Amino acid sequence: MDDKLVIRGIEFKSRLWVGTGKYKDFEETKRVIEASGTDVVTVAVRRVNIIDRKSENLLDYIDPKIYKILPNTAGCYTVEDALRYARLARESGVSDLIKLEVIGDEKTLFPDTCGLLKATEILAKEGFIVLPYTNDDPIMAKRLADAGAAAVMPLGAPIGSGLGIRNPYNIKIILETVNLPIIVDAGVGTASDASIAMELGCDAVLINTGIAGAKDPVAMAEAMKHAVLAGRLAYKAGRIPKKLYATASSPLEGML
Amino acid sequence: MRIKVNGESFETTRAGTIFELLHELKIESARVAAVEVNLSIIKRAGFSTFKLKEGDEIEIVNFVGGG
Repeated sequence: MDDKLVIRGIEFKSRLWVGTGKYKDFEETKRVIEASGTDVVTVAVRRVNIIDRKSENLLDYIDPKIYKILPNTAGCYTVEDALRYARLARESGVSDLIKLEVIGDEKTLFPDTCGLLKATEILAKEGFIVLPYTNDDPIMAKRLADAGAAAVMPLGAPIGSGLGIRNPYNIKIILETVNLPIIVDAGVGTASDASIAMELGCDAVLINTGIAGAKDPVAMAEAMKHAVLAGRLAYKAGRIPKKLYATASSPLEGML
Repeated sequence: MRIKVNGESFETTRAGTIFELLHELKIESARVAAVEVNLSIIKRAGFSTFKLKEGDEIEIVNFVGGG
């Protein structure tokens, strides 16, 4: 089945994208990634610990030749910081992709969309493939598209909240008004949440805490893989309209 | 020469270049994502030629797990 997601010429074979934060160790991260069937993983940029150096490195477990590495600017609260982290990430040479976050508030981790728009514009001009993490706001999604985003990543719910797709109607409007891949990022708590995002017509779903925080992250990764596939298939199959009253499935003819 | 590495004050007698500093810190340069000196990114090709000076603020970063 040829149903690949393509962003700026890059082919993604999986519509489930996986974050690599919060796992017990790199070994578990690796097993989760394998179970999820993903080919794209997010990573964060942080200082090397120069006092207590571990010889192990995340990329020893996730081969950039096999997986597409999507660095983020998590933890950045200003445009300046987000630009700095994005440029450092690109300097590594693993990717021009950047999952752009400009966070507005510590408690909600909601994006500062004014800053996000500015940073998107600047990084797009610098040749980055910018994937901004934004609110489920159709107008901002459109603005980000106009500013040069390569895809838009609206949240389903706050990061790590597991509340699912809180505003499916807004996601639907974003899908109808923004002519770019739409990837739900944040809020997915269980398999049905991922399916709902895909059934709406989203192009992919990015999950970290929903997998990492599960009792059995490897099993949840596999569940999410199936959920994303099922949701995508259902979307393409075209669901029946919702109706208030029944329609019989069995024929009335031939009844005794 | 006193410099700052990843926010920590660091006294070096040997490190004249980034390459030498990484060596002194026992960090393989190929395993580092990027290096910044006084907020400017230093290209990997410049690691062995870029001269560090007193008071420089160096950031050595890598990729870690994140969402």
